[in-house]
Amino acid sequence: MSTNLQTPKIKVRGLKKAFGRKVVLDGLDLDVMSGESVVIIGGSGTGKSVLLKCILGIIQPDAGSIEIDGEEVTRMSSRERERVMRKFGMLFQGGALFDSLRVWENVSFGLVQAQGMERVQAKDIAIRKLAAVGLGPEVGELLPAELSGGMQKRVALARAIATEPEIIFFDEPTTGLDPIMSDVINDLIVDCVKQLGATTLSITHDLASARKIAHRIAMIYNGKIIWSGPVQKIDYTGNAYVDQFIHGRAEGPIKVEVGAINDPTPGSRR
Amino acid sequence: MNFVAAIGRLLISFFEAVGRIAMFTGLALFHSLRPPYYPRLIARQMIDIGYYSLPVVGLTAIFTGMVLALQSYSGFARFSAESAVATVVVISITRELGPVLAALMVAGRIGASMAAEIGTMRVTEQIDALTTLSTNPYKYLVMPRLLAGIAMMPVLVLVADIIGVFGGYIIGVNKLGFNPAAYLKSTFEYLEFKDVFSGLVKAAVFGFIITLMGCYHGYHSQRGAQGVGTATINAVVSALILILVFNYMITELFFSR
Ligand SMILES: Nc1ncnc2c1ncn2[C@@H]1O[C@H](COP(=O)(O)OP(=O)(O)O)[C@@H](O)[C@H]1O
Ligand SMILES: [Mg+2]
Repeated sequence: MSTNLQTPKIKVRGLKKAFGRKVVLDGLDLDVMSGESVVIIGGSGTGKSVLLKCILGIIQPDAGSIEIDGEEVTRMSSRERERVMRKFGMLFQGGALFDSLRVWENVSFGLVQAQGMERVQAKDIAIRKLAAVGLGPEVGELLPAELSGGMQKRVALARAIATEPEIIFFDEPTTGLDPIMSDVINDLIVDCVKQLGATTLSITHDLASARKIAHRIAMIYNGKIIWSGPVQKIDYTGNAYVDQFIHGRAEGPIKVEVGAINDPTPGSRR
Repeated sequence: MNFVAAIGRLLISFFEAVGRIAMFTGLALFHSLRPPYYPRLIARQMIDIGYYSLPVVGLTAIFTGMVLALQSYSGFARFSAESAVATVVVISITRELGPVLAALMVAGRIGASMAAEIGTMRVTEQIDALTTLSTNPYKYLVMPRLLAGIAMMPVLVLVADIIGVFGGYIIGVNKLGFNPAAYLKSTFEYLEFKDVFSGLVKAAVFGFIITLMGCYHGYHSQRGAQGVGTATINAVVSALILILVFNYMITELFFSR
């Protein structure tokens, strides 16, 4: 690997995305260096998931550039894009497990479908990955609907790391889990990432989780990154927005639109 | 003036929809040229469409054949043409009623379930997950369903034809007093290859329409449970309308003058 250390693994410049009249990303800049673990924090509906999906090519941005290992991906052909996407693993906010497939088939999906591995061999690997997230081989035979929320998250994690990707995205990996299970997932993420030596970009509004998995934290607000710095500095940013967010105060510069509560939960694209 | 504008808007949204669906089909074809081809998935869809639709299609066919025999007998008795019953039954079934009724039944069954399944995958981000696992959703979800629909509908319709004719035979022989051998003889005497063949062509086209509408509406499902519900309704209703329209056009193609 002759990747120049100066070239960011992911480099986002001036990224813009609006849905109708609603501007979600408004000229966002972000760098993630190789081997780095960056966590993005920010309120619900501020466009964190949209940012990840733009980088993954699931949502087409309106403007801006995205470079992966120095390669501009926003104007790539679908075929080239597919090649670059093989570097990625993604843990979706809701797990997004294929509910018609058994757990082991979910975990080995990338190996079988994308890399053309034999099913027997892929099953072995799937069972090893399940063990790595603390699940026994018998779980492999179940359907996703038969699992608890915490187990689904673990299976989704196993699927995200199964192809040993260079870059892994975690979208709210601990949301909806109890504090103990959250900590288990955080530990698993830290372990897996260390083992793979992967670059990661995560989203969370769980500060405990952010402190545990991040090297660097970036805060998104109004479609831009308004603060970014090493995790150790998060308590002394002197930034009123960050302070308000990490202390969870209703009063401060961040104005929550109460009308937004009636919005449908952000999900996939239309 | 307002009226003209309304018509214009309607036309524009109609052509917009046609364009989007054509684009969707084109993308599905384009992405399916390169391997992998997923034979397992195609087989599973074929079983779903062909095998599991058999009971409902068979039931429809047998009652249609029976009622056709009864109706044409009592109708033709008015000008003493009762002997034409067998011919009327077989021609109506193979040309029209077999393919159309089977397609309407399958549209309700398969079109709805495809739209609901793919729509759910859309709203729960499973389709996005496919992409991140280097799998093209057109290739993985859409193409197997289209192929299975095109391949299995003609088989289903052929079975429906046979069952429908058999239904007419039961009534003809047991209730209307036809001689079994004579009934069978007049069933096949005037039957032409074109009658059956045009019905099978219709079936293939209907299979394509049903699966395309199921996939298209599911794929573009709006967010939430309500989005999936709407997608399902749209898939079935648009398939039903298109089936009736295309039925006329194919009939025109085969049988006008
Ligand atoms: N496909 C879409 N169509 C329309 N609006 C969308 C779509 N995806 C996301 N949004 C909107 O963009 C905003 C940001 O969404 P998201 O990135 O999911 O928020 P979060 O930061 O909580 O992950 C939300 O207001 C959401 O409603
Ligand atoms: Mg989100």
